[in-house]
Amino acid sequence: MFKTVDLGTRHVGPVSINVARGECLAILGASGSGKSLFFRAIADLDPNRGEVYLNGKSREDMPAWEWRRQVSYVPAETGWWADRVGDHFDADGELEDLLRVVDLKDALGWDVNRLSTGERHRLGIVRALQARPNVLLLDEPTASLDADMTGAVERLIKQQLARDVCVLLVSHDPEQAKRIADRSMRMTGGRLQPETGAAS
Amino acid sequence: MSTYISLSYLDLVGASVFLVLNALCSFALKLGLERQLLFSALRMIVQLLMVGLVLKAVFAASSALLTLLIAVIMITFAGREIRARQERRLTGIWGYGLGATSMMFAGTIVTVCVLVMQIEPQPWWTPQIALPLFGMVLGNTMTGVSLGLDTLHSTVYRERTAVEAQLLLGRTRWEAILPCARRSLRSGFTPIINAMAATGVVSLPGMMTGQILSGVDPQEAVKYQILIMFMIAGATGLGVLGAVFGSVWRLTDHRHRVRLDRMT
Repeated sequence: MFKTVDLGTRHVGPVSINVARGECLAILGASGSGKSLFFRAIADLDPNRGEVYLNGKSREDMPAWEWRRQVSYVPAETGWWADRVGDHFDADGELEDLLRVVDLKDALGWDVNRLSTGERHRLGIVRALQARPNVLLLDEPTASLDADMTGAVERLIKQQLARDVCVLLVSHDPEQAKRIADRSMRMTGGRLQPETGAAS
Repeated sequence: MSTYISLSYLDLVGASVFLVLNALCSFALKLGLERQLLFSALRMIVQLLMVGLVLKAVFAASSALLTLLIAVIMITFAGREIRARQERRLTGIWGYGLGATSMMFAGTIVTVCVLVMQIEPQPWWTPQIALPLFGMVLGNTMTGVSLGLDTLHSTVYRERTAVEAQLLLGRTRWEAILPCARRSLRSGFTPIINAMAATGVVSLPGMMTGQILSGVDPQEAVKYQILIMFMIAGATGLGVLGAVFGSVWRLTDHRHRVRLDRMT
């Protein structure tokens, strides 16, 4: 369903992967090994070479904005461009449910400055899910969350997998990879290798 | 109406007394500004004396080519100034070319239109009229363009995460960068908006003061000043718009990415 062919930038790759519909691929690796740069290349945020396909259609055959709606990347550091949290969301029926799952149902009226790192991250995931993407690229989605909230975000990821969304998950926690990923790979020096002894 | 009062060089020396007093205060208070103050004053004297000589020769020659050459030199210096006033600037020729080109087009279009349609000197490029007008328009446009570009570049650099967050939600480069562009345009427009608001109430502009001092009827001087303010506002607006949107285009690419690698 989703595949990269020799995808690379100056610092990463070439990387070729195949991820099926409803499959979760965990990407492990040390800080600075190129995991985030790989996601940026998939989202087409940095100049890159190689090919990326979604449901057989090449990324180059669709405008960048359409690609990013279908392949949604939630970076480790979420960005905010207005003062009020609510100004970053489109009001729709599903928004309230998603906010309730991440325990932030009242957050729309808050000021962005009062958000903690964990709250920003949870809201970032909700914001990305609103576009109903086919592929989710999650960069350390639970890095600054406590055990309860980590559980809530993992449930949200499983919900997406059940909807046939394909998920690529960067994590530093091998246990988390075992809990939610179908298989794991390890990024070392910009190259992706199958993780030895991982869930697969 | 009073006649024009000529100044002697001794009058100029007398007027410099207060500047020297400032330098002495700086020395006494150990502010360290005295050298800078005196050097800037000397530089100004040399520049103005030289421009006086050059303009005298250009006016006497009354040549279209020479007038054009002086205008090109003015644009070249102003372009260099725009580049120097930006903390972060576009790489390569863009760092100089974008600001200078926007300023040149805006300043030239507005000045030529006013010369041809409103003032109508014979010939329309008469250097005594065209060059001072072009200089005033260029100087103000230069300030607006450099402020606009400086604000845009520092804002995009600082707020890259916010711009990319919008791109990641499927917005176009124009939509994503609009908050930064809006702030930059406001920054570029502010000096001329403030100047128009204060003119006549807080300050009497230099050209109008000059005309009144040389014996022109204040009402006539006011008419010229209004014309100049319209020219400056029009050219600044066009120049800032061109430069900011040109830079937005350069700082992003066809795949709607932010290209900070195109900025130093």
